[in-house]
Amino acid sequence: MTSSRQVTVVASLVLLFCLAASILSLRQIDQVRSKATLEEVLFVISPKMVKRMSLGYDGLLADIYWTRAVQYFGGHHAGRARDFRLLAPLLEITTTLDPKLLVAYQFGANFLAPKPPNGAGLPQKAIELVHNGINNNPNDWNLYYQLGFVYYMDLKDYARAAEAFAHGSELPGAHPFMKIIAAQMAQHAGDNQMARALWMTTYQSTQDKQIRGNAIAHLRALQVSDDIDALQELVGQYGRKTGVLPRSMTDLVGAGLLRSIPLDPTGRPYRIASDGRLQVQFPDELPFLEKGAPRGYTAPQPKHLEELGK
Amino acid sequence: MHAIEILGLEKTYSTGFWRTKAKVALKPLHLNIEESEIFGFLGPNGAGKTTTLKMLMGLVFPTGGSARILGMDVKDPQVKAQIGFLPEQPYFYDYLTAQELLEYYGRLSGVVDKYLPKRVENVLARVGLPDVADVQLRKFSKGMLQRVGIAQAILHDPKVVFFDEPMSGLDPMGRREVRDLMQQLKREGKTVFFSTHILSDAEALCDRVAVIHLGELRAVGAVAELTSGIHGKIELIWEGSVVPAALKGLGAECVITGDTARAVLPEESQDLAIDALRREKLRLISIVPVRTTLEQYFVEKLKRSEQSAGGNA
Amino acid sequence: MNSRISCIAANTFREAVRDRVLYNLIAFAVLLSGAAILVGQISIDIEKLVVINLGLTAVSLFGVVIAIFIGIGLVSKEIEKRTLYTVLSRPVRRWEFIVGKFFGLAGTLVVNAFFMAIGVFGALLYVAHKFQMSDAWVLVALYFIILQFLMICSLALLFSSFSSPLLSAVFAFSLFVIGTFSEDLRNFAATATGFTKWLTTAAAYVVPNFSALNVIGSVAHGQPVSGSLILYNTIYALMYSTMALCGGILIFQRRNLK
Repeated sequence: MTSSRQVTVVASLVLLFCLAASILSLRQIDQVRSKATLEEVLFVISPKMVKRMSLGYDGLLADIYWTRAVQYFGGHHAGRARDFRLLAPLLEITTTLDPKLLVAYQFGANFLAPKPPNGAGLPQKAIELVHNGINNNPNDWNLYYQLGFVYYMDLKDYARAAEAFAHGSELPGAHPFMKIIAAQMAQHAGDNQMARALWMTTYQSTQDKQIRGNAIAHLRALQVSDDIDALQELVGQYGRKTGVLPRSMTDLVGAGLLRSIPLDPTGRPYRIASDGRLQVQFPDELPFLEKGAPRGYTAPQPKHLEELGK
Repeated sequence: MHAIEILGLEKTYSTGFWRTKAKVALKPLHLNIEESEIFGFLGPNGAGKTTTLKMLMGLVFPTGGSARILGMDVKDPQVKAQIGFLPEQPYFYDYLTAQELLEYYGRLSGVVDKYLPKRVENVLARVGLPDVADVQLRKFSKGMLQRVGIAQAILHDPKVVFFDEPMSGLDPMGRREVRDLMQQLKREGKTVFFSTHILSDAEALCDRVAVIHLGELRAVGAVAELTSGIHGKIELIWEGSVVPAALKGLGAECVITGDTARAVLPEESQDLAIDALRREKLRLISIVPVRTTLEQYFVEKLKRSEQSAGGNA
Repeated sequence: MNSRISCIAANTFREAVRDRVLYNLIAFAVLLSGAAILVGQISIDIEKLVVINLGLTAVSLFGVVIAIFIGIGLVSKEIEKRTLYTVLSRPVRRWEFIVGKFFGLAGTLVVNAFFMAIGVFGALLYVAHKFQMSDAWVLVALYFIILQFLMICSLALLFSSFSSPLLSAVFAFSLFVIGTFSEDLRNFAATATGFTKWLTTAAAYVVPNFSALNVIGSVAHGQPVSGSLILYNTIYALMYSTMALCGGILIFQRRNLK
């Protein structure tokens, strides 16, 4: 082999080896770094500072920060639990750089406001964020919707919620539910029907998979609540009829109260616990449950919401 | 063993946007150069001389054929220790001094460090640049750069030396010195292979020449052999400013300067021309054979082949 | 072989120095001392922060600019000026030439960074009046910056081996910018689907990862850098640079020098 051929062969082999090695070490670095990248955000003094340093390339930087927020929140990094500390600064920076990035405000309303482990537990921050959005996008009905949503769901301030929904319903393109929700607020505040309407609207007015997944999970929990209310009524009837509590769903079928065993939103049959209360089989798969979880159950942090939202 | 064996070296470039058009720079070349020979590689610009040299140096890769220098394939890096190369219109790192440049090259050629400064001094003196060792190359004239180029080519005492247009940029004194240097190298037993389009240099120096044109080898041999095929001419000089009609009839080219006239005409017409002058009672000053130069050879031979090549194209 | 490589490396270094590259140190010194003095008047506890941030960012940026501007010409300038002919007609292998140039350029940058580091520590001393243990992490940040230089040098050399100085500069600079955001590129690749996903993932792994080598922010806050990060970054930078160099060698091996 001529020396030139030798060099070619050696160089090619070394190149391939180094390519493989660099990719492998890169993956290792990613694991070590995953938290660090976002924490660098905390080192920036303020969103205004970021804007100044962006040299005018605001749009691109906003997209980058937004992608980081989505990635981080989506828990793609080595399956760690989501850390909400960074969500607020990330969203602030994103919306300072690009005040018209609507989905960032939606994200904030849906995930900054709720209490942990479902959110950051910062409803006031969420309100602030959305107000900022409204200042920059005064004709966007969706922002008023988000505002009302946070007031209703997390602050339980029904008056302000109604106000926000009413205002938003006047704007062009508003979702038809908004007027209805505003109107019914006085009577139905706090009940499942209202909640269902709100989550439905949320689901229909965004493309973001995580927000939609979140909404669906809530809707399913509401479904369970309604199902359990109805079934609990049947259990009561059984009790009055037979004098004892039913031990399983088949008892209810046998008593002619049900035609078949009903299934929960995950497709599994409901069960009756020893104390006659209705339960779902796998509460972990149904986040946000208000009814149907065993006594003493603590819900884990909801995972894989975006799978539902697809 | 031949000093240089060129075995069918050829080069075709693919040009054009999609690299489909083929441009032949050199057709398969077969040539042998002997040791201690000064060999001239002649041809007009664009004939393929530089391409051949670059292929021998490993700067350009041939599309066919191979070559050997001192019995070793040119692809073998060991060969490079035995050869020196002066490229056309060389340019060197202008931020270095002559001393630094030559030491750099010397080291790359494997000259042992402790001999280096002395060698550099000697070779600079040899090429006629004894006092410029510490001058930065950016301050050198073209002629000085040419000499530095020769210096770097012979610094490591190679057995075979390749020069591409070594006389370019030199004044007549310089050219004379380079010619002397080349003859010195030959006396030292080195082989000198140089390309040029200045034919008088080739005539003066070369043992043998090769003529290349349009990428093809046209002739190889000693200068005398090549020019002997061309018919000789003679030159007549006489007093007076009259050109006899008879002379013109013989196909003479006449030039009159002041009160002498000069005519060049074919050798066969010599006697007739002298008779014509005697009839007119013109006083003959001299009659001398004109040596056929390579230039005539070139013009005649190559024009003919260009025409035939034009016919084929 | 080694003496030829070191010969070429030394010559490359000499060229850079004589090309007055090191004058950039003067600009750097002016910048840093100006900042240190200015910041000393603002105080409120962030002087150290500013000095480290500014100092290290300047070391990094100055170095990258020098690396690109010298690196792109390393091979193409020699071909253009035909100084390469007399070098390659000697027993120098083509790969030795590339490797020698690489070490020459890398050496220049390391020396440059060394002097700048002295400047940074000097400014730090001036504003903080004494050194703390946490300042040692600045050395790690500097080490990472040097790893960055190695990668940029190898890329500049790779481009120089086949394209003109202008194009090489554009490529090298673009890769630098993309490389700074390479982690975001990988994030984006994770969310993409189909053919885009395949394409962006491939790109995301081939592009140099400079974001991991930039720990200036955390070091400015006195935070430590994990040992495993140091280890993996070292491996990564060395592997990547070797890879780019091999690419340059392979290309240069085949190049016809017209």
